[in-house]
Amino acid sequence: MRRLRPTGWNNTRLRAADRGAGPTKGNDVAETVNAHETQGADPNRRDFIHIAALATGAVGAAAVAWPLIDSMNPSGDTLALASIEQDISKVVEGQQLVVKWRGKPVFVRHRTAAEIAASVKDDHAEMRDPATDASRTKPGKQEWLIVIGVCTHLGCVPNFGTGDYGGWFCPCHGSVYDTAGRIRKGPAPRNLDLPTYEFTGPTKVKIG
Amino acid sequence: MISSTMGRSGVTGLRVLALAVLAFAAANLGGGVAQAKTNAKEPQEVSFTFEGPFGRFDQAELQRGFKVYAEVCSACHSMNLLSYRDLAQPGGPFWDPKHPNLAPAESPYAKAIAAQYKVPDIDPDTGDVIQRTATAADHFKAPFANEYAARAANGGALPPDLSVIARAREGGPAYIYSLLLGYEDAPANLTVPDGKYYNPYMAGDMSSYWKGPKDKVPEGGFISMARQIVDDRVQFDDKTPSTSANEAHAVATFLAWAADPHQVERKQTGIAVMLFLFVFTLLTYLSYRRIWRNIAH
Amino acid sequence: MSGHSNYEPKTGFERWLDVRLPIVRMAYDTAIDFPTPKNLNYWWTFGGILAVCLVIQIITGVVLAMHYVANAGLAFNSVEHIMRDVNHGWMIRYIHANGASMFFLAVYVHIARGLYYGSYKAPREILWLLGCVIYLLMMATAFMGYVLPWGQMSYYGAVVITNLFSAFDNVIPGVGTAITTWLWGGFAVDNATLNRFFSLHYLLPFMIAGVVGLHIWALHVPGNNNPVGVDVKSKQDTVPFHPYYTVKDGFAILVFMILFAWFVFFAPEALGHADNQVPANPLATPSHIVPEWYFLPFYAILRAVPDKLLGVLGMFGSIAMLFILPWLDTSKVRSMRYRPMARWFFFLFIAATIGLGWCGGKLPDDVVIPIGHDAVTGEATGFTVVMMSRVLAIYYFAYFLVVLPALGLLEKTLPVPETISTPVLPKGGAAMLSGATASPEKKG
Repeated sequence: MRRLRPTGWNNTRLRAADRGAGPTKGNDVAETVNAHETQGADPNRRDFIHIAALATGAVGAAAVAWPLIDSMNPSGDTLALASIEQDISKVVEGQQLVVKWRGKPVFVRHRTAAEIAASVKDDHAEMRDPATDASRTKPGKQEWLIVIGVCTHLGCVPNFGTGDYGGWFCPCHGSVYDTAGRIRKGPAPRNLDLPTYEFTGPTKVKIG
Repeated sequence: MISSTMGRSGVTGLRVLALAVLAFAAANLGGGVAQAKTNAKEPQEVSFTFEGPFGRFDQAELQRGFKVYAEVCSACHSMNLLSYRDLAQPGGPFWDPKHPNLAPAESPYAKAIAAQYKVPDIDPDTGDVIQRTATAADHFKAPFANEYAARAANGGALPPDLSVIARAREGGPAYIYSLLLGYEDAPANLTVPDGKYYNPYMAGDMSSYWKGPKDKVPEGGFISMARQIVDDRVQFDDKTPSTSANEAHAVATFLAWAADPHQVERKQTGIAVMLFLFVFTLLTYLSYRRIWRNIAH
Repeated sequence: MSGHSNYEPKTGFERWLDVRLPIVRMAYDTAIDFPTPKNLNYWWTFGGILAVCLVIQIITGVVLAMHYVANAGLAFNSVEHIMRDVNHGWMIRYIHANGASMFFLAVYVHIARGLYYGSYKAPREILWLLGCVIYLLMMATAFMGYVLPWGQMSYYGAVVITNLFSAFDNVIPGVGTAITTWLWGGFAVDNATLNRFFSLHYLLPFMIAGVVGLHIWALHVPGNNNPVGVDVKSKQDTVPFHPYYTVKDGFAILVFMILFAWFVFFAPEALGHADNQVPANPLATPSHIVPEWYFLPFYAILRAVPDKLLGVLGMFGSIAMLFILPWLDTSKVRSMRYRPMARWFFFLFIAATIGLGWCGGKLPDDVVIPIGHDAVTGEATGFTVVMMSRVLAIYYFAYFLVVLPALGLLEKTLPVPETISTPVLPKGGAAMLSGATASPEKKG
């Protein structure tokens, strides 16, 4: 690259020799200018005040960075919908209700006695992700199965009531879930996930 | 000129002064801009607990103010930007200091207040518009379905939304307080149009309704809202006397909080930031002096 | 970019990188080793302050854009969402809004420094022009940014300024309307306008950053100007940028931050307008439309001219004066420190600009100096705001077009020192200097 040098004006670039990089006998003025060099070259002499100022700056930088990063965390209105209360009195036996929770579908399934029995019978059958039927429901509320309706394979929403076990069938890649939402066939690695939930009344459930 | 006759600290002082002058000019230009010429009466001198860098909201007063809003104002005025859970946020009227980390949407107070109201929603079974009980996450129930309904019910005038009213009017809470209490009988020679009321604190141009000398048009303007704040309109649960002054002061406080709920947090953070900056500036100044101490400049 | 570089890579990685992309060398030459006049006063710290302002605006702006919605029906509420629900959103928003004001405060001081010390004179004309370009980009960015919250002032500010272009209908019929329709994307300021303003508001700051790069490059070719206005003659006149000016700039930035923090935390709405807290209503105009404070002088000039087209040309002309300044000022002396007459005209210019700003915030018919009463309405009459604007605007243009060209030829200047070091050498000159100074890093 051509070095542009304006003519008629002093070139403000100082060559190394001018800056007194060599011995400084009798050239104290250059020494003054080179003070920073000696300062940098001898870390033991680095003044405390500079370290203190720099350290304070680092603390300030962290204090500034945190709110910017935290602003990307869920905001107040998102958090407010982190849990929902759902009335399930209208869900008849053998049907499921699909509820949107935290942006995802949740299946609230009112199981028939036959479905519960079929599931319990298979409690110790061979399956990829073994679990008992009781571990996936609340005591005294076995007829209610509440699972997140997202296939644990790649995230499609399984279809209700189809598949070999009468639970769910995921059309994307053929995962088959039983009436307790356990994976029985197909590529999904885990049973349908259970959200945190509790019954706040005989027909009211709080999810999340 | 300056730096050769004054020392370094003099230059610094001059610089700080210059910055301050510029900032003062800027603030006054901004302030001058904001105080547009109106003939409304200046708001009364009234003090609030949240004023100043160390101000705080009095939670009892916030609760009283919310009660005034709920019982008096909410019949006509929406507050669409507020949700019931906001009432339970830190510093809010129903924040519980005994459970400081409870999420506002989980607050039993917020839920109980919300449960008193029904808000429109769609029935997922039929698709009809229904009214369901509000939850803490819902926005405040609006008195009217839309602007047209609001105008139709109020003689063509739209009651403004109150979410940010304390910031949307010159004079803020003091203006609100003065306006609510400031209704006067119209002077003779002033014709008050139908459906409107005279208020000396209201901005407006009444010159075409004034029959008296042209340079003596009274202060104020016409407002479409009749006087609402009167003695004993709201019974306060904490036995504070229900004078109109107390009611107006409480609702002005509540509206100031609603417009700027993070106000106290902002001021507290500001004090911490200023202290930090003063320390940091001092350290950096000392570092600067140390580096420059042997340079003749 | 010009001259020899003293950077010596220390580690193996540095050597490897230096051969492929000498970016560390460039940073070293630009910001560490760069010889800077040792007599710079605090008016020279505003360049660094401006760079920090730009970074702050970009960072807070990008974060705000994660939550803001650029739709006419949702924009106002999205800003309130940021203020209420987004974690620390209120702080980020106030930093961004007040940061714009602080940015302009700093740029006006920076420009004033340039005017006073002759930093626009040869060989720094391109540097000055690049600065003017940055200023224009800043104004466009700020104007569009103010529209985004979609309050009453946002909306009507957009209406007034975009409507200015319809003045060109007086030049060629139809052209002005075509331009404004194109700007709006419709028949009035509406959703289409808001969306494109958001897109451009996001883009322009990065263009500013690019021009700032050119600005610093153009600065480093001749090197900094200095308060004496005399060129650097020897190594004695300079100190390396680091640590001398990195730390001094750091200190100045912190003082600036104190003022900034005071606004953000204790008076965040002081520089704004209450009317902008009211959602935009195309059917109801606020009683008093005003732009933000940093546009007020130009707004005053716009309103001072009774003709619409000439007012627009006057407003743009007042900014154009800055662009042609290097060729208007005929003085051979750079720094007004040595131009006693010019100095007073300069102070008057600053006062006139502040006065114009004050006028811009008032209604044109407001009375400044009352003289008598109107017989019919009884209102006070006298020297009005618009009259004052005209007087001040005339001085504003005269300063550039008459005063500076004439003064350079007519003025008797004070003697200018020979070198930068001369004013600080003790009597006896350079002979006294050697032996008097010790290295700053040694104690005592």
